[in-house]
Amino acid sequence: MKTDKLADTIIAVFEKDLLKIDYLKETRLSVHINPGAIVNVARFMQVHLRLRFIIASAMHTGKGIEILYHFSDDATGNIINVQVVLDENKPEIESLTGLFTAANWIEREMYEILGINFRNHPNLEKLLSDGNWAEGVYPYRKSN
Amino acid sequence: MSNKKIIPIGPYHPLQEEPELFKLYCEGEIVKDIKWETGYNHRGIEKLSEQKTFDQVFFLVERICGICSTSHPFAFANAMEEIADIEVPDRAKYIRTIIGELERLHSHLLWVGLAGHFLGYNTVFMWAWKYREPVLDLFEMITGNRNSYAMFKIGGVRRDITDPQIREIKKVMQVVKRKTDLLTGAVMDDPVIHARTKGVGILTKKDIADYAAVGPTARASGVDIDIRRDDPYAAYGLVDWKVITAEAGDVFAKAEVRLLEMYESIKIIEQCLNKMKREKEGDTEIQVREIPEGIGTGRAEAPRGEVFHFVVTDGSNSPVRHKIRAPSYVNIATFKKSCVGQTIADATISLAAVDPCYCCTERMAVAYDFASKERLYSGYELLDISRRKTEKIKTQKSQ
Repeated sequence: MKTDKLADTIIAVFEKDLLKIDYLKETRLSVHINPGAIVNVARFMQVHLRLRFIIASAMHTGKGIEILYHFSDDATGNIINVQVVLDENKPEIESLTGLFTAANWIEREMYEILGINFRNHPNLEKLLSDGNWAEGVYPYRKSN
Repeated sequence: MSNKKIIPIGPYHPLQEEPELFKLYCEGEIVKDIKWETGYNHRGIEKLSEQKTFDQVFFLVERICGICSTSHPFAFANAMEEIADIEVPDRAKYIRTIIGELERLHSHLLWVGLAGHFLGYNTVFMWAWKYREPVLDLFEMITGNRNSYAMFKIGGVRRDITDPQIREIKKVMQVVKRKTDLLTGAVMDDPVIHARTKGVGILTKKDIADYAAVGPTARASGVDIDIRRDDPYAAYGLVDWKVITAEAGDVFAKAEVRLLEMYESIKIIEQCLNKMKREKEGDTEIQVREIPEGIGTGRAEAPRGEVFHFVVTDGSNSPVRHKIRAPSYVNIATFKKSCVGQTIADATISLAAVDPCYCCTERMAVAYDFASKERLYSGYELLDISRRKTEKIKTQKSQ
C-alpha cells in the first residue's frame, strides 16, 4: 500500500486521536497521535496493517519527551513512524509489551536514558547500566 | 529452586566487542529458563554521535561491530541521503553493494567456522576461516584495511575500484565459489551434523513476529523479509538475485540459509563488477554542501539482519539525535524461545545459531550450583559436552 493510502486508512480509523501526518517521502510517513491511543494504534499497525515493529527512538526536544515508534511494511518497503509527545516533568505512557515482546528491551532502555515510565511493563528495570548509574540522572535529557 | 543450576555465559571476553551475561537455569541437563544482563561495555555511541560532525560519525558507527563494520555506515549513509534528498552516482552504488556483499561472504564464512567449532568439527572451522582470508585480502586491496574499511561518505564512496582490482575480485570469487561448494557439501550431507542441528533451537513464525527478529534468523523460520529486496538501496534493485528462506526454523535451517546466501552474494558481486565497467571511472561521489533540517530513517541488511539508523538533524553539522538498532538487539532476545527445553549440550549451538556478536566459547565461563556455589563445569568442559554429544552420534552412526 502506498503511504498516502496508508495515511487515509489511519485517518479514517483514528480521526479523534490523530494530531498530524507528515508525508516525508514516497516510502516514509510520520503519524503524530495522542499518547493515550498508543496501544490501539500499535495494535492496528500490527494486526490490521501487518507491519513489523522495528524499534522506538526517544528524544528530549523543546516540546517535551518525544517517542517515535518505527514500523516497517515489508511488503512495500514503507516505514511508518508513530510519534507521541510526553510531558517532560512526568513522562508516562502505556507499555507495548502486551502486544509484542520486542518492545520489552527498548522500553527498558528508554526508561533508563530518559526516565520515561512505561505503565504495565512486566520488568521495568535498567537495561544498559546494570544498576550502576545514579538514580534520577538521565543522560539523554538535554539538561544533562 | 534447590535442584536448579545456573550456568553463566559471559559476561566479558577481551576479544569480543559485545559482552553480555546469559544465565541458563537448568534442571539436570535441561535448560528451564534463561536470563540476560547487557551493558557491560556500553559505549554510549548514540550520545557520542551527537558530538561529532556527520563525516566523523561514519568512523564512529563503523566501530560498532568488528565483523559487519560496513553495515552501520551503510544505514547511516542511507538515512543522511534521505534527509538531504540526494541520489548517489551508479558507480558508487555498485561499489557500496560490492563492499556490503563481500562483508556478508566473510561474515557467513566466519559463522560456518564457529558453528563447526562448537559442534566439534574443527576441520570445518579451519577450512571456513582459511577460505575467508582471500575475501579479507580483497578488502585490503580495495580499501587498505582488512576491516573497518572507511569506504562510505555522504554522497558516495571514498575510493574507486580500478579495472585490475575488478579482475582480481572476479578471480577470487571463482575460488570462493568452489570452496563454498566444498563447505556446503560437507555441512549439508553430513548425517552427524543433521543429527546435531535438525530439530534443535527451533523458532516458529510466531516467535519471530513476537520478538521482531530479522535476517537469517527470521528467514530460516520461513519469514520472507530482506531489506535489500523490500526497501531497495544502493544497487540491489539493479541486479538479479533472490532471497533465501527455509521453513524448519532450527539450527540446520539457519546454516542452510547462510550457506545458500553466500552464492547469492557472489552472484550480486559478479553482476555489479560487470555493470560498473559501463560507468565512468572516478564517478564515485557527488558533493554535498549542506544537510537540511529533517528526520531520516536508513536501513541496510547486515549479515545478521536489518540495521536501522534514525537521525534527526537541525541544519547544523551534527545529528541532534541518532538512534541505532543493530540486528543482534532483537535477535538475541529469541534465546528465551530457542534455548528453553534444550539440553546444555545443545544450548551452545542454539545460542550460536543466531550469530550473535559474541560467538566465543570462552564466554561459557562456568556452571555452578546456585545454592551451594559448587562448580559444575568450566567453559572448556561445557564446550566438551557439546563435542562429546557429536562424538557419541558419530559412533552410533558408524555401528
